[in-house]
Amino acid sequence: MQLKNEEISSALKQKIEDISGTNVMKCYQCGKCSAGCPMVDYMEILPHQILRLVQIGKWEEVAGANTPWICAACLTCSVRCPRGVKIAELIEAVRQIALRNRISGRRLEISKEEIENLPPIALISAFRKIIE
Amino acid sequence: MKIAYYPGCTLKADARHFEESAIESFRALGIELEELPRWNCCGTVFSFATDNVMYHLAPVRNLLRVREQGKDTVLTLCSMCFNTLKRANKLFNEDAEKRDKITGIMDNENLVYDGKTQVKHALELLRDEIGLQSLREKVGQGLKGVRLAPYYGCMLLRPDGLGIDDAENPTLFQDVLRALGAEAASYPFQGECCGAYQTVMQPEVVGERTYVLVDGARRSGADAIVVSCPLCAFNLDQRQGIAGRLHSDFDAMPVFYITECLHLALGLGFKEEWKRLHHVPVDAFLEKLHRSQNVAGAVKRQRSNIRE
Amino acid sequence: MKGVPSRKIGVFVCHCGKNIAGIVDVKRVVAAVARLPYAAFVTDYKYMCSQPGQDMIRDKIKEEKLDAVIVAACTPNLHEATFRKAGAEAGLNPYCVEMANIREQCAWVHQGDKEAATRKAVEIISSMIQKAALDNPLSGDSIAITKRALVIGGGVAGIQAALDIADAGYEVVLVEREPSIGGHMAQLSETFPTLDCAQCILTPKMVAAGAHPRIRIMAWSEVREATGFVGNFKVKIERKASGVDWTKCTGCGICMEKCPTTVASEFDRGLGKRKAIYSPFPQAVPNKPVIDRQHCLHYTKNKCGICKKLCEVGAVDFDLNPEIVEEDVGAIIVATGYDLYPTERLGEYGAGKIPDAIDSLAFERLLSASGPTAGEIRRPSDGKIPETVVFVQCSGSRDPEKHKPYCSRICCMYTTKQAMLYKHSVHNGQAYIFYIDIRSGGKNYEEFVERAQSEGVVYIRGKVSRIFQNGDKVTVMGVDTLAARPVRIDADLVVLAMAMVSRSTTEELRKILKIITDANGFFTEAHPKMDPLGTTTRGIYLAGCGQAPRDVPDTVAQASGAAGKVIGLFSHDRLPLDPMIVCVDEELCAGCGLCVSVCPYDARELDVKRKKAIVKEALCKGCGACMVACPNSATIHRNFSKKQILKMIDAVI
Repeated sequence: MQLKNEEISSALKQKIEDISGTNVMKCYQCGKCSAGCPMVDYMEILPHQILRLVQIGKWEEVAGANTPWICAACLTCSVRCPRGVKIAELIEAVRQIALRNRISGRRLEISKEEIENLPPIALISAFRKIIE
Repeated sequence: MKIAYYPGCTLKADARHFEESAIESFRALGIELEELPRWNCCGTVFSFATDNVMYHLAPVRNLLRVREQGKDTVLTLCSMCFNTLKRANKLFNEDAEKRDKITGIMDNENLVYDGKTQVKHALELLRDEIGLQSLREKVGQGLKGVRLAPYYGCMLLRPDGLGIDDAENPTLFQDVLRALGAEAASYPFQGECCGAYQTVMQPEVVGERTYVLVDGARRSGADAIVVSCPLCAFNLDQRQGIAGRLHSDFDAMPVFYITECLHLALGLGFKEEWKRLHHVPVDAFLEKLHRSQNVAGAVKRQRSNIRE
Repeated sequence: MKGVPSRKIGVFVCHCGKNIAGIVDVKRVVAAVARLPYAAFVTDYKYMCSQPGQDMIRDKIKEEKLDAVIVAACTPNLHEATFRKAGAEAGLNPYCVEMANIREQCAWVHQGDKEAATRKAVEIISSMIQKAALDNPLSGDSIAITKRALVIGGGVAGIQAALDIADAGYEVVLVEREPSIGGHMAQLSETFPTLDCAQCILTPKMVAAGAHPRIRIMAWSEVREATGFVGNFKVKIERKASGVDWTKCTGCGICMEKCPTTVASEFDRGLGKRKAIYSPFPQAVPNKPVIDRQHCLHYTKNKCGICKKLCEVGAVDFDLNPEIVEEDVGAIIVATGYDLYPTERLGEYGAGKIPDAIDSLAFERLLSASGPTAGEIRRPSDGKIPETVVFVQCSGSRDPEKHKPYCSRICCMYTTKQAMLYKHSVHNGQAYIFYIDIRSGGKNYEEFVERAQSEGVVYIRGKVSRIFQNGDKVTVMGVDTLAARPVRIDADLVVLAMAMVSRSTTEELRKILKIITDANGFFTEAHPKMDPLGTTTRGIYLAGCGQAPRDVPDTVAQASGAAGKVIGLFSHDRLPLDPMIVCVDEELCAGCGLCVSVCPYDARELDVKRKKAIVKEALCKGCGACMVACPNSATIHRNFSKKQILKMIDAVI
């Protein structure tokens, strides 16, 4: 892939950092976040890879991956990061940008029975985190 | 003693037995849970986005309701409510800019929130207000004869400093269960997320998580899992169906709320209608518990409760 | 102090190439300064510090009969010594040579405003002229030096430094808090990259130090107090209560053999045992035991006493008290070494509670032929030989958020070595190393790593998130960032490469010696690039890991360097003192003692008999705090008096 200066210093990357309140360039790709993530087995791109792609400005690949939508926001990654990078917050920022700009998200396609079966806590949290 | 009590939406619905067992148990311990006369859903999840002030209104309003009652402490039972309320409170107290914005948006309220509400979880209340030693004495036989595996989940322990115990090696839940007379197991996945809201759109993924977590509890020799969150309860209980479908070696295990255990330990029994709210049947466990009880009075009381 | 109204000051304004002349209009400055009082000769030149520049100063001092010189150029930190020397060579007292900093404090910081910079340069020079007009010729005193060295710490750094100083002909006192010298290197099995047996290469030096006529080893001792200054330190060393009279003990070892009490051995990192009366390892120097009072039955229960009964020379004396020894030394080398960050601090790695998750030094003891398992690698929990060993690097290092921010420098290399040695011992065993980077910058280090890789050690790039007990295995949750997959390994044994930290005794020693430590607890060097062996206190030097993590070759080199500094110090007969410090006008001194309380260097003292304050010249650094504090202006800073300072201020306002 071609690395481009304007992607690396893009306004979008700045927005991701602003919304998450963290400096993504501090990440030194140790992978501890991916190593401890409970949902990692179901992700197409690992959390540390998402951070890498954000670092080099490759938003398209980030937006297309299922990773932010499988994340359970459990905070294990942020709590263990040796450099204090707020990974869960960064993934949330990716979700927010995607949702606010209607780029991607999860569509609620489940049956009426399923909805009735689910407790309110599940529905509300899903709505607020991942459902467009 | 009285304490302000914030139920949260699910405790009035799928988890009403969580609430009922809590109210009765705490009453037996001398603490009256006074539900806030006015409350709204806390939002279930705390928004990590630094620019999302609106998401914080829901929890902050609830914290304000506590102050409106002239109280400064609120009890939550649900781990997610605990986490969301406590984090929103911390944000309100530490970020002056957001505090001003939130207060400004809430200008239709009669009172300005002063940030002084303290959010307490049921496990903390048992440790701090009742005292574990005192609890041990009160339950007597309690849950002697069964081995329980507490499942902390993620929201009780993270982020650092906000949780009820150390995120990597917590012991409070085990300490409480031991105070109830049971044997308490520890197992490696007790603090790992169950998948939370992914249960809506990806039930199979959560089913896999359920398999790992419940199997881990089984390996620790537990008879049942104990949780303190309706989402954990749903995922660990209901989703055992999927876990069993995906893995032929899966053994089901009942999942209880901490306050159901408290209720049982205090000799207050187990209500029939609660059984219907459980997915994995609880009778085998209750039988084992009864067999282990050898104090005539306690057993009698429990048997009469079961027959109701 | 008298003003010298007839002073003839020479002012030499330097261009410093374009550094000054590019911003400051040097010609204008010369013209303006020439009009100032006292300015007898003013000129400019491209590079004053060059040979022709210095020649010019010397020539003009003689020609124009100058009695003070100002070089308006860079910072005195760089060339004050150069120009003072030039002045001295022309017969001028060096303390009448001043520098006016019109580079760092003028040209360099006002690059946008040439007009203002030029005016400021004139003001700076003008103020220095006012100072120079009142400068007195000064000559410094000198002090005698005690040509004996104290080395604190008997690890490889301390041993090397002691040997070098003693070989140069000077006496050394080597203080070591353990019963034997050797430090951590004595615990190692083999060293990288040569795979030399650590004890085989260390013990010759230990023996040499033990046998050297000029080295006095004080083992089982600690420094308790230190006063004085360079060339003249007085230290109090405590020889701790040992229960054994080492002047009588022959090291026969029968007491250790027959002692009934066995406890966990610190030398074996808790994996092996020792007796209550013990010497830490067989090759100990001195090879004499001490008694551990916490566990010895005599001290705890007033029983036993077998060692005393069996000792043929009557060396066991339970009532031996600790002894304070006073030594006069001229220089001190701090070589206290390191500890490992405790595994208890890493919650996600088991918080020290998993028996088969051990730290790297513990694994060294398993590898060592003289270790608790005689070199057979056996798990602490059940003694089985592990088939799968996982090494976790960066445990506690490179973790600014919760643990240590720095890289501990040697772990990449020793983990490679440990993995290789494991495979040499357990042929069918598999070693995995989780790393973030491989740091192998030393001589033959990269080749060593290549060898390990070709021998089948599997390197996995990724930081381990968590390890936990899983039946009789230890499960490691990691990631392979290169293959982009999470990785899980059920290991038989996990070795944690824990961060290197400064010794726990550092804080106390720092206070005793009055030197400084950095935010990570390591001793701070005088300058990180240009003086890594000195400290802010003259006469106290650093060697080894007490200053920062490093490997054995660098430690030995540094120890020799520190020894060189000491030998250099001792090569003088007397030590010149800087005369530009404070002195006391005794007529004005009321003996109030305020100067004593404000001095940060302990350089002021009250002579209680005469009720006058005195200056301990060797300690005074000329900071001026006492001059400010003195209510009677009795404390005077030579060539930096209140009068001079006020005149300098007047010149610029």
